[in-house]
Amino acid sequence: MSLRRFVAIRVASTIPILFGVSVFTFALVHLTPGDPIDQLVALNPQISAAEEAAIRARYGLDGPVWQQYLTWMSNLLRGDFGTVIAVDQPVGPYIMARLPETVALGLFGWAIALLIAIPTGIYAAVNKDTLGDDLSRVFALSGISLPNFWLGLMLILVFALWLDLWPVLAPDKPLLSPAMLWYLILPGVTIGTASSATLMRVMRSSMAEELNKEYVTAARAKGLPERTVVLKHVLRNSLISVTTIAAFLTAGIFAGAVVVEQVFAWPGLGRAFVQAIIGREVDLIMAITLFTGVTIILANLLADIVYAVLDPRIRYD
Amino acid sequence: MSSERGRIRITGFDADAVERREPLSDWTENRAGETEGRWERGWREFRQNRSAMLGLYVVAAMALLAVFARPITVAGVTVQPFALAPYRPDAILYVQGLDVSAYEAPSLAHPFGTDGSARDVFSRVLYGGRFSLSIGFIVVFVTAAIGLVYGAVAGYYGGWVDEVMMRVLDLIFAFPGLLLALIIVAVLGKGYWELVLAFTAIGWAGYARLIRGEILKVKENEYVTAAKALGARDRRVIFRHVVPNAVAPLIVQASLSIGTVVIGVAALGFLGLGLPPGSAEWGTMLDQTRETIVQGPGGTIPWWVTVFPGGAIFLFVMSMNLIGDGINDALDAQEGEDVARGGEV
Amino acid sequence: MALLEVDDLTVNYYTEEGVVTAVEDLSFRIDRGEKFGVVGESGAGKSVTALSLLRLVERSGRIESGEIRFKGEDLLSMSESAVRDVRGNEIAMIFQDAQTALNPVYTVGEQIAETIRHHLDYGDAAARERTVRLLDDVGIPEPEARYDDYPHEFSGGMQQRAVIAMALSCDPDLLIADEPTTALDVTIEAKILDRLDRLAAEYDTAIQLITHDLGVIAEVCDRVLVMYAGRAVERASVEELYYDPKHPYTVGLMSAIPRIGDRQDRLQTIPGTMPDLVEVPSGCSFHPRCPFAEEACTRTRPQLVDPATGERAGPDERSAACLAYTGDLDGELDYEVEVRGRDAGAATAESEPPEPDGGGVDRGADPDADSEGKADE
Ligand code: SF4
Repeated sequence: MSLRRFVAIRVASTIPILFGVSVFTFALVHLTPGDPIDQLVALNPQISAAEEAAIRARYGLDGPVWQQYLTWMSNLLRGDFGTVIAVDQPVGPYIMARLPETVALGLFGWAIALLIAIPTGIYAAVNKDTLGDDLSRVFALSGISLPNFWLGLMLILVFALWLDLWPVLAPDKPLLSPAMLWYLILPGVTIGTASSATLMRVMRSSMAEELNKEYVTAARAKGLPERTVVLKHVLRNSLISVTTIAAFLTAGIFAGAVVVEQVFAWPGLGRAFVQAIIGREVDLIMAITLFTGVTIILANLLADIVYAVLDPRIRYD
Repeated sequence: MSSERGRIRITGFDADAVERREPLSDWTENRAGETEGRWERGWREFRQNRSAMLGLYVVAAMALLAVFARPITVAGVTVQPFALAPYRPDAILYVQGLDVSAYEAPSLAHPFGTDGSARDVFSRVLYGGRFSLSIGFIVVFVTAAIGLVYGAVAGYYGGWVDEVMMRVLDLIFAFPGLLLALIIVAVLGKGYWELVLAFTAIGWAGYARLIRGEILKVKENEYVTAAKALGARDRRVIFRHVVPNAVAPLIVQASLSIGTVVIGVAALGFLGLGLPPGSAEWGTMLDQTRETIVQGPGGTIPWWVTVFPGGAIFLFVMSMNLIGDGINDALDAQEGEDVARGGEV
Repeated sequence: MALLEVDDLTVNYYTEEGVVTAVEDLSFRIDRGEKFGVVGESGAGKSVTALSLLRLVERSGRIESGEIRFKGEDLLSMSESAVRDVRGNEIAMIFQDAQTALNPVYTVGEQIAETIRHHLDYGDAAARERTVRLLDDVGIPEPEARYDDYPHEFSGGMQQRAVIAMALSCDPDLLIADEPTTALDVTIEAKILDRLDRLAAEYDTAIQLITHDLGVIAEVCDRVLVMYAGRAVERASVEELYYDPKHPYTVGLMSAIPRIGDRQDRLQTIPGTMPDLVEVPSGCSFHPRCPFAEEACTRTRPQLVDPATGERAGPDERSAACLAYTGDLDGELDYEVEVRGRDAGAATAESEPPEPDGGGVDRGADPDADSEGKADE
């Protein structure tokens, strides 16, 4: 089977999963007592029952749940994700305005995670049971054990308030300006730490495992410098198992964004999601959930492809 | 040797003589200690692991502190009379006529200071362990049990049963755990059991997948085939023969995910979607203190309301992970996925 | 001066269960172009010896004492980079299991060519050309095409040939072959051994062949060292060893009648198993399994001596380590070696040595006519 066909089949197979996710989430959210209209009515007691019904009809919030779902689905297929009721704005543009913020944060966190994890993991595995290895293990374990919201608060406390290196909250500047890179550092480190620690542990253990294999002794017996042995022979093999975990961490980055954006008042999707939950913005919850699902599935797909590139033994048949 | 060298035959090397004679020395082939079972050996190794034992002591201490923080009354009867925490966690001290104001810095009387409502942070942190620890252990126990049964059934029967059950898992894995937990809490509302339910709903899938994989490995083993050939019933085969062998990696994963759950619970609390505001849950406490930091410089910063509750979470989760690592090493389970789940949420 | 001189080599492993002496006071010589066999059951210290020669014992192991001189230079006191210039270039190694010795994610050709580029400063094209020629030399059909195959696309026999090609790639002076054919089935084993033998002659390479199989030794080697529990117990030429074994352990191995094509129960007639090296029996470590053992054997550790004189033997002289030859034993080693199918009376080493090239394999067969194809996994 060619890689292209494999990708096509994998993409096709995600459709039922996404469908399942949408039904599941829709059902969950609609089981919730209360919707944005209730809050609207509570705030504006002068609205009559008839007016309330009309507003509900306008946002597709009347009728049985399955009917609402069908309406939602048919709108979705036409590219209409619904409305953010509180601000009376279509979901699509609402998300697009916030997406770059989250992507920038996520990528930055990712980059930090990889930059720290891969070299440290290699170092720790090669120098197993030395002081450096012990230190890196302490770092990894702390990174996994640190709640990211607390880490964020502590970073603000230390670097923004005491050392005064950053303002507490990023100023409102265009995202793609070089100045923004500076303000990405604290939230980026916060979001990347847990992933970095996890990746590092996986990197270390898979590298240590590979280092014990006979092909490593064989490569050394060929007289290759240790550098070549580690960076050419061992690294590629150990990256095979790291790839899967790395894809898996995409979900973690997303979940991290929800919390970290809240800490740093970062205007991204994660924060929008929390507000959607609190305000029962059904369409927004649905859209963000599906969007996340698609991203996670794509990340796994990407991992499978990288896997195939790294490991010639993989055949997709 | 059969060759042009001729066929060589040796006589007089009487191997049986060795078996027949009395041993010449007290040296024996099988040394003692090798009959030690997997669990005994595991426990011995665990005890020799200093960082894991440290973790165990810290967790035990935190659990005891939480239990003895305030008296426990069941149906009007005080079953636990001790009170290590000097104040009730929800006691607003100046209301009680004490000369205490909001945001007092740590002092001898209030080692962790007081919070924005003039409550004693030390008492709240001690007491708060009750929420995090109990939710953590309950969730892990329940999710591991569900996952065990689910994974065992899927892995053992295989075929379309497995296929369908795995698709359901795919669905769960398409959500980042925290998002799903948020949605569930939004549906159910805030509260202790609501949190338990939310984290159970997202937590079991990982165990199910792990156990299924283990079952598939074990299934190939002869003794399962043998048991089936002898006519043992399916349920019996699964629970008598297959499950005990798959349990070691389950324990490793469980010990590593308690920390994950505790962080998740605290994260929801921090987002204002955990326990009701004012609860002494560690994450919820941090939610209320975020404003004190974000307001920025100017005046003194009440760092203690951020440092201590968060530090308690960190200390507990770190200790749990030390224990988990220790169990992992002791049982020689594979690192990999177990480790990866530690970083989720 | 011998090509390789090993003197009093001792290697310890530091394990959780204690210090394990994997190799103790081992001395031997290998001459240029010689085929030297090391035989013993697994755990006898053969592989550790091999790794020591390249200074590649794992982290937990340490070469405690002794000297390893290669072409007169002490390998143990060389700098790491000097040793690297020896590895793969002057001393090369063939590993037991080709499947695990090849890196699964690089092509077979690349794994051979990288050694050539590294040691001989060849360019990419030249290295490739030399690799293809090597692949051809070891009997891999269509070497041009197979160059770009990955190890998993090779059959077991082909992988082993590739590993041999890799070892020969820089025309080494010494080839250490650690159980090179154990993982293979019998017909392929015979072909590979034959190929190894011919190539060694062609490239003028000495071989240290490590095996548990006396049949393989008979096939290839000139001289033999028998190891037991980390120590040398007998040293002899192949002819002497076969017709006149001196150490009871060798006798045990021999009476198991090993020969190519007969794999089962090869060593069954020696009772028991090789001791765990953490706790080696006192005195002669073979005593729990030796039919001739006496009380003295549990107390005195026998030295390698000339069996004729009982004097201490030099590192390349015929010798055996049994108390019987130093007069410390009350009884005698009352075994006998019979040779049938030859002239009567030819049963001792004093007789005219038999056809040295003899072996269990039909040499007339064309070694390239094997039917191994691509692995079909
Ligand atoms: S010394 Fe004793 S035990 Fe050792 S080989 Fe000789 S007779 Fe056997």
